[in-house]
Amino acid sequence: MELFLTTLINGLSLGGIYAMIALGYTMVYGIAKMLNFAHGDIIMVGGYTIYVFMATKNPFLAIFMAVLFCVILGILIEKIAYKPLRGASPLAVLITAIGVSYLLQSLALIIFKSASKTVTVFELKSVSLFGVPVQISALLTLAVTVVVMVVLTLFIKYTRLGRAMIAVSEDKGAAQLMGINVNGIITVTFAIGSALAALAGLFLLMRAPNLTNTFGAMPGIKAFTAAVIGGIGSIPGAMLGGILLGFVECIAAKITVIAPYTDAIEFSILIIILLVRPTGFLGKKRREKV
Amino acid sequence: MAMLEVKNLEVYYGVICALKGISFDVNEGEIVTLIGANGAGKTTTMQSVVGLIPKRAGSVTFDGHDITKTPCHKIVHIGMTQVPEGRRIFQELTVYENLLMGAYSIKDQSGFKNDLDAIYTRFPRLRERKNQIAGTLSGGEQQMLAMGRAIMSHPKLLMLDEPSMGLSPLLVDQVFEIIKDINKDGTTILLVEQNAGKSLAISDRAYVLENGSIVLSGTGKELAASEMVRKAYLGG
Repeated sequence: MELFLTTLINGLSLGGIYAMIALGYTMVYGIAKMLNFAHGDIIMVGGYTIYVFMATKNPFLAIFMAVLFCVILGILIEKIAYKPLRGASPLAVLITAIGVSYLLQSLALIIFKSASKTVTVFELKSVSLFGVPVQISALLTLAVTVVVMVVLTLFIKYTRLGRAMIAVSEDKGAAQLMGINVNGIITVTFAIGSALAALAGLFLLMRAPNLTNTFGAMPGIKAFTAAVIGGIGSIPGAMLGGILLGFVECIAAKITVIAPYTDAIEFSILIIILLVRPTGFLGKKRREKV
Repeated sequence: MAMLEVKNLEVYYGVICALKGISFDVNEGEIVTLIGANGAGKTTTMQSVVGLIPKRAGSVTFDGHDITKTPCHKIVHIGMTQVPEGRRIFQELTVYENLLMGAYSIKDQSGFKNDLDAIYTRFPRLRERKNQIAGTLSGGEQQMLAMGRAIMSHPKLLMLDEPSMGLSPLLVDQVFEIIKDINKDGTTILLVEQNAGKSLAISDRAYVLENGSIVLSGTGKELAASEMVRKAYLGG
């Protein structure tokens, strides 16, 4: 029972973090049709921003500044690095994104050096749930993830801006003919993705408070895997893929024999899914209708 | 002055010249048609006029505005809306949500209910299917939706790119009737069609496009009677 409950909550909260990051990948892919491989490093920037502003001893200010800084950074990266490549070959955009990723990691290394920083945002203990001790940070992560997902889903479905995002992801040309400013929508998408990455950075720090310049790399790749498993471009897919991957990771880590191979197992799932269902769980094959 | 005036429009795809400097105009209240075979440059003309594809040279003025360099998403705000080739409705949205997107450029949403009702009255099928996902509609229904979506933006000039493509003969007739109706209600129409016979019959004026150049122009009747048009586009 205890093992079950802790694994459940752990898996859900880690999965929630992956889902939050995966949403950034999948929304940017859906709308700008590009893979933003610098997305994971936004998490790291968010982490360092929290670290810097924790000097004020005010965690809420630190979190706010991290979200704000990541949003601005995300928009700037899009404007400076990706926008000039609109219409260029996907490979050129992909290489640029990898370049931006290394740029951010190197800048962080220069500014903060290589020694890992320990960041304690909140002093959180554990509570007893059905007689089982559960980390408050995990519950908090879970709660925020649920709120974020519900709000984002409602935003996409029921607001003018959200519907414009669906329209752009489906057909940029037709969206422009309706009067939708595609560049504006892309900016909004990068802003939302970066804000979620900053939050993911916060929750990752609450799980393991060791900050280095490659802090966002592994979660970034895992979340990208999650987005592809769920069906890249699909928002519910990113949520599903993220939670699935979080679960697999937490369960595998509990089984001594396979624990060292946790990462390998996760990426193997990606390979199997791509073989069996190349569009991912909820990804759609577009059929042309004449 | 003409409502829409296109002068010496040139468009290139890479090194290939798709439009070799064409000029045409549309006056307020008219139905004007561009006819031509596949690959003549009709869709290229429509898309470059609204800025969906870049122009190499030439100028476009609409309703007193120089829109040669205006980005596509601003065109609809000054009263020019296009029903693109292949309809391009938003397949994952419902019929109602597609119409909502059509009204995206209208800032004052107070007239929305009336506009919506007018569309549902003009296209009863859309009312029946308002909560259906648009991708599941038949081709004819999708064309109705594409037209309805465009009308939601209150265009002064409605551009229609091959509205009869892929439709059954009965639906083709219906589409042309609707176009006439929309025009009667005060909307100027620029039409692009391969169906020369039907489109010339409802047109005030028309232009014949061949290999990126306008080779003939005149009233709809004149062109329908012209030897060259009859041979090439009306099957003798």
